[in-house]
Amino acid sequence: MIVAQRKNIPDLLEIVKSHKKLLVLGCGTCVTVCLAGGQREVSIIASALRMSAKLKGLPLEVEELTIERQCDNVFLEQAADAITRNDAVLSLGCGAGVQALAERYTNKPVYAGLDTTFIGILEERGVWTEKCAACGVCVLHEYGGICPITRCAKHMLNGPCSGSSEDRCEVNPERQCAWQLIYKRLKDIGQLDRLKKIKPPKNWNRSQSGGYRTIIREDHRV
Amino acid sequence: MKQEKFEPKILAFCCHYCAYSSADLAGSMRIQYPPNVRIIRTPCTGRLETEYFMKALENGADGVLIAGCLEGGCHFVEGNLCAKRRVNYIREMLEEIGIEKERLRMVNVSAAMGRPLAENITDMVETVRKLGPNPIRQNIASK
Repeated sequence: MIVAQRKNIPDLLEIVKSHKKLLVLGCGTCVTVCLAGGQREVSIIASALRMSAKLKGLPLEVEELTIERQCDNVFLEQAADAITRNDAVLSLGCGAGVQALAERYTNKPVYAGLDTTFIGILEERGVWTEKCAACGVCVLHEYGGICPITRCAKHMLNGPCSGSSEDRCEVNPERQCAWQLIYKRLKDIGQLDRLKKIKPPKNWNRSQSGGYRTIIREDHRV
Repeated sequence: MKQEKFEPKILAFCCHYCAYSSADLAGSMRIQYPPNVRIIRTPCTGRLETEYFMKALENGADGVLIAGCLEGGCHFVEGNLCAKRRVNYIREMLEEIGIEKERLRMVNVSAAMGRPLAENITDMVETVRKLGPNPIRQNIASK
């Protein structure tokens, strides 16, 4: 899922202070699961903004709403009335949600209330870790399901780098060496021979270097 | 005009298994504590959501007291530890907003601690009395 974290309250107030009526719009998908932009966080951030604005003497009215998914036009309709009756929208969705809103409501200022951070998983309660860099060409099959691009600090495709100590990364000793994990995993599944093959440089054309990426599925087009 | 003496309004979320019973015990023991506190019984402090603290302060409470079981003594094992983390999170957010974090406090008592609970309440009331009225409430009144 997409993992995000909230911006702090003074920054948010700075972003929205020129408006009198603000809609704080949450998203019920990824950012709800990572506890950054769901119904509860909308409630907390709206309260915080109201209090903060009152203390600074700003006349800010804040409405709260959470829809199922912000990155989908079908769901965005549920917010249409609320968006219309407010001066601006503070989206607690990920970057995709914010832009979907901005594209659809062309005359309405839409602001990001979160910092969208990475694609990752919940490691343990309250801890999220990045697992995927969305590089465009997945190589996980080569590395026992452990991504060297995301999890190795040097993004090495032919590792390890020899800088690691025990199973720790030399860049950050608090992190596990991804290549240690790859070796252990390949050993466990009996695929160590994969490491004998030198991997050629990765094709990064399908990554972010050429601007935004699109996927077109002719079989689904109308 | 004569200034009315400020009497803080404190909202106290008291866990059914400890603080609520100790408030009862304080009553049975005829222990006095300030009448500024409004007690809300909760099944466990772990049941309290972070937004409750925000809404209480937003709606004009001068202080919010969370009274849960002693650490290690939670009826639901770790509800009070969850509450402690949530209280700390909102205390940080209050600082961002510009409200004194001392207005939100968590204390731990057992069901047998009638007197310590009364002392905790007294201390909270005095802390908030020194801080003065909730600035949000002042701002509402001045409009």
